[in-house]
Amino acid sequence: MASMASSAQAVLASPAITENPPQIDYWLLSPMLVVFGAAVVGVLIEAFVPAARRRTIQLGLALASVAAAFVLTVLVAGSLPAGEAGAGIAFGSVAVDRVSLFIQGTVLVLGFISLLLIAENRRGESAFAAQAAAVPGSEEEREHVLAGSQHTEVYPLVLFALLGMQLFPASGDFLTMFIALEVMSLPLYLLCGLARRRRLFSQEAAVKYFLLGAFSSAFFLFGIAMVYGYAGSVSFAEVARAIEEGGGPLFADGGGQPLLLLGIGLVGVGLLFKVGAVPFHNWKPDVYQGAPTPITALMASCTLVAAFGALLRVFYVPFGPSAADWAPMLWVVAVLTMVLAAVIAVTQRDIKRLLAYSSVVHAGFVLTAVIAASPEGLAGAMFYLAAYGFTTIGAFAVVTLVRTHENGPEANELSQWAGLGRTSPLLAGSLALFLLAFAGIPLTSGFIGKFAVFQAAMAAGATPLVVVGVLSSAVTAFFYVRIIVLMFFAEPSEGGPTVVRAGAFTGSAIAVGVAATFLLGVFPSPVLDNLIPQPGQPQDESLLATSEGGAR
Amino acid sequence: MAVSELTLAAEQHTTAVTSQASGAILSNAWLLIAFPLVGAAILLLGGRRTDGWGHWLGTALPLASFGWAVAALAEILAVAPEERSFSVPVYTWFSAGAFEAEVALLLDPLSISFALLITGVGSLIHIYSVGYMAHDERRRRFFAYLNLFVAAMLVLVLADNFVLLFLGWEGVGLASYLLIGFWQHKDSAAVAAKKAFLVNRVGDMGLLIAIMLMFTTFGTVAFTGVFGAAEEAGQGLMTAIGLLLLLGACGKSAQLPLQSWLLDAMEGPTPVSALIHAATMVTAGVYLIVRSGPVFEAAPAAQTTVAIVGAATLLAGAIIGCAKDDIKKALAGSTMSQIGYMTLAAGLGPIGYAAAIAHLITHGFFKAGLFLGAGSVMHGMNDEVDMRRYGGLRKAMPITFATFGLGYLAIIGFPLLSGWWTKEGIIEAAFSSGGSVGTGLGVAALAGAGLTAFYMTRVMIMTFFGERRWAEGAHPHESPASMTAPMIVLAAGSVFLGAVLVFGYRFAHFLEPAVGAPEEAHEFHLAAMFTSLPSLAALGLMVAGAAVAWFMYGRREVPATAPRPGPVTAFARNELYGNALNEGLLMRPGQAFAAALSAFDAKVVDGLVHGVGTSVRDGSRGLRGAQTGFARTYALTMLFGAAIVVATLAVRI
Repeated sequence: MASMASSAQAVLASPAITENPPQIDYWLLSPMLVVFGAAVVGVLIEAFVPAARRRTIQLGLALASVAAAFVLTVLVAGSLPAGEAGAGIAFGSVAVDRVSLFIQGTVLVLGFISLLLIAENRRGESAFAAQAAAVPGSEEEREHVLAGSQHTEVYPLVLFALLGMQLFPASGDFLTMFIALEVMSLPLYLLCGLARRRRLFSQEAAVKYFLLGAFSSAFFLFGIAMVYGYAGSVSFAEVARAIEEGGGPLFADGGGQPLLLLGIGLVGVGLLFKVGAVPFHNWKPDVYQGAPTPITALMASCTLVAAFGALLRVFYVPFGPSAADWAPMLWVVAVLTMVLAAVIAVTQRDIKRLLAYSSVVHAGFVLTAVIAASPEGLAGAMFYLAAYGFTTIGAFAVVTLVRTHENGPEANELSQWAGLGRTSPLLAGSLALFLLAFAGIPLTSGFIGKFAVFQAAMAAGATPLVVVGVLSSAVTAFFYVRIIVLMFFAEPSEGGPTVVRAGAFTGSAIAVGVAATFLLGVFPSPVLDNLIPQPGQPQDESLLATSEGGAR
Repeated sequence: MAVSELTLAAEQHTTAVTSQASGAILSNAWLLIAFPLVGAAILLLGGRRTDGWGHWLGTALPLASFGWAVAALAEILAVAPEERSFSVPVYTWFSAGAFEAEVALLLDPLSISFALLITGVGSLIHIYSVGYMAHDERRRRFFAYLNLFVAAMLVLVLADNFVLLFLGWEGVGLASYLLIGFWQHKDSAAVAAKKAFLVNRVGDMGLLIAIMLMFTTFGTVAFTGVFGAAEEAGQGLMTAIGLLLLLGACGKSAQLPLQSWLLDAMEGPTPVSALIHAATMVTAGVYLIVRSGPVFEAAPAAQTTVAIVGAATLLAGAIIGCAKDDIKKALAGSTMSQIGYMTLAAGLGPIGYAAAIAHLITHGFFKAGLFLGAGSVMHGMNDEVDMRRYGGLRKAMPITFATFGLGYLAIIGFPLLSGWWTKEGIIEAAFSSGGSVGTGLGVAALAGAGLTAFYMTRVMIMTFFGERRWAEGAHPHESPASMTAPMIVLAAGSVFLGAVLVFGYRFAHFLEPAVGAPEEAHEFHLAAMFTSLPSLAALGLMVAGAAVAWFMYGRREVPATAPRPGPVTAFARNELYGNALNEGLLMRPGQAFAAALSAFDAKVVDGLVHGVGTSVRDGSRGLRGAQTGFARTYALTMLFGAAIVVATLAVRI
């Protein structure tokens, strides 16, 4: 009970913890508990089930638990009383409201599709190293490859990461959020280093990701300390109240402002690192490139969604009352992100690095909605994230299929993709759709997403930001369209890539991506109307729960 | 006082108020469009797998659309006339604040009339094509394009705003392009398709600019919004919009000065000529003008221009038709001329709208019948199109002869046949519109009637009568039932439809809620249609024209090769030198202008663009340098970033 220990008042209010145990609503937590349980069982499977049967069992368990968690998320969302934002659980350390449920649901669906990519197995070869502990290029490694060894630990690791991603945006206080951040990140550090090919490269990416992640966590933790010093609590609701009152109990005279601003800045650095905004983006291209592509898909979709969910919560709930203070800072970051990342992306020659920079630019677009600090901004960001998640998984799924030769490594050099539209029109057509969605062409989900976030930013008076955003979109459209031109209008190069036949798993991942990109672009209303507050509803009703008590 | 004014108003303007569609048929009117669209999608995406049954699917879906349109008509007729206008919301893309992006259809007497014509005649021509294209390897693709055309044309006439109308407008342009150039292995077909597309672009620009003007002036492109505000807008602006709409109409309907593409468009397969370049698409311009009636009401100058353009085209088309030896080109000249009649009527205001649309519909039947007949003749004559190579075909192809003959009688205005009823309406409307302009238009319409009788009799005689001038190896034979059956149905329409529509002004009253009623309502007198001076003159000219043709082609021998033409014949045979005019006035200066623009583009614009491009690229290369790959550099960047973040926040203290 982190929040209890940290809050003196809470301790005073309930002096004897054993006599008055916290009322925890397990129903509201059930989506997370299911994934957690499955992850723990997955570890046990590794210990007790013979190697030959592990993959089937692990995969079945992982898919079933994620699907079950999604169903539970939908049911929990349905069971929330109408008119109420949501509930805080366990003394407000977990906030289950419509926003966190939407983000969790999105993460689970995207996680499910990523799991399909991760599970793809071609003649016993997955995207992961046969034996990660073996020195690359050694005799031991060769033995494991020949023996067909597999790392089925991947599945529980992914489940733990997904658990962290569920908790991250649903945190109700800073310590829970930090724990969620680590639960989410640690498995990802590991997973990044497990690529089957170019293993040194992959391990380098993992180490870099780990070092920089640890560095950013330090910022984040230090920021939490500052905020705690200011407000005397790590609970989001308490922090918000302290800011509204002009200072926590320690700073009744209102002198704690520097402490708060430093806290906002440092917590912000930690979160902006996770979403990959400039200048905290350096890890993204290297890690996206080095990691096994299915893991890149997981990070580009689920991690981004979860990290933005957390960022939205932190800047809207605890720091919401001081929006005027942090808005200029986010302006600077958003402009830097949209401009610099778009410019750097222009000369990228590797498809995975290009998609990494593209992901950075998109983070900039979502930041414009965060700056709006309005329900419309929140809704726009959520729609954008969901739409982008589906599209980006689809794009990375396509990347896994284009190989230098049959059974060879992926052909990531863009020049090798010339003429792909002629040899495999369906695959190239899907990728073209994804790229058009990234560029924000109408009748794709990307257009509606951009429209929603830019409209929210305009309404909040951030017109210059929108102008920068549109210009940046134009630059990004250039390199997206260039790929399409390369695929469809250039002559296939000598010794061009081989397109592997899509298995059922990868095929369905691409199909879901195409369908979602198309449907969210043509029929966005059902989703959009539910997110954006309708004119009839009172404007001040926030979608985010701020209550701290475990009332239910 | 107020009450009496209201009553008066109600008498004068019976225009219906649009309401939300409620019935099961009307509220699902999008199915009208969806059926053929799905057909096109299945046939195009299905590929060779659909070769075996694709043409049947492609025929069944427009038929389903036709059935739906008939049911919709029944629902429309079930309500009182002043309520016969229904808005059918189809799809809301998204709404953001006051901005709504949505698609809705308008079903009223005018649009349903068109829908019935398009799907009815369209289905017949689909059936005909099953036989006509039986030996073509790419028949499936042909049916896909035909379905695409039907869907686009339905979008055009069912749209409730100008933007959606424009979408359909471009859609039919695309389908027309694909179908004219269907036999793309022939250079002439490819060139004709390109020409049709380019000439239509000129008209499309006019329509597009008109739509933009409407949007900037009225803030909306919905029919209701634009027409409701048309009277308040300035005269000059409305005239500009009217003339631009007319330009659009001229392009699509092959009216002067954008007529040149239609004759070349006959390179397409004959069913295409029948459906697109005679019965439906080329009438879209007339639809546009009638639909935009309130705009032209507010701009009398533009309205008069419409009538004059119509009169000029009807004469020009008739003259061209007199000199062509290619049966399809002769019919194409006739199409120009007949659409000229409709445009003329549409330019007369409410008095002529019903006459224009009635003639449009009967023309749809008899002209489609004539083209299908011509196709049947070609089918039996190894694709020969030169009438000088026909002659005496009535014995070899009795059904084609009979149906073609009935269409012929209808188009020349033989009393009591369809064409007579509706053409009389136009001539009468022209004369009764009053003034010297009205008289002039009436005289032009009468002269056109005489010319029509001449050139159509010429076609008839050269094809079916006289001696056999067949090429060696020609074995004319009657076409299969799948081709003759649609011809028989169309012939029946050519005979009876006019009476059904015009007798008692039934159709005019049906259309009134949509297009408005003329200020002084005419009583219907059958006797007047026979005995009025214009009617008698038309009858006399018709007989005279037919007689002249008989003397020139029936009595004398028709040479198998065209004789050296005199200046008048040469003028007509060369399509009034329209192509030469276009070439000299537009193409050559246009080429010079394009070359100048291209040079400007290469030097100035490209220079700018490349400048921006290079600087972005250089910037990109520079920034890539920061991506060293060393974790220590990254950490340092992050530290600087954190410093920036803290600094921007520290400013707030």
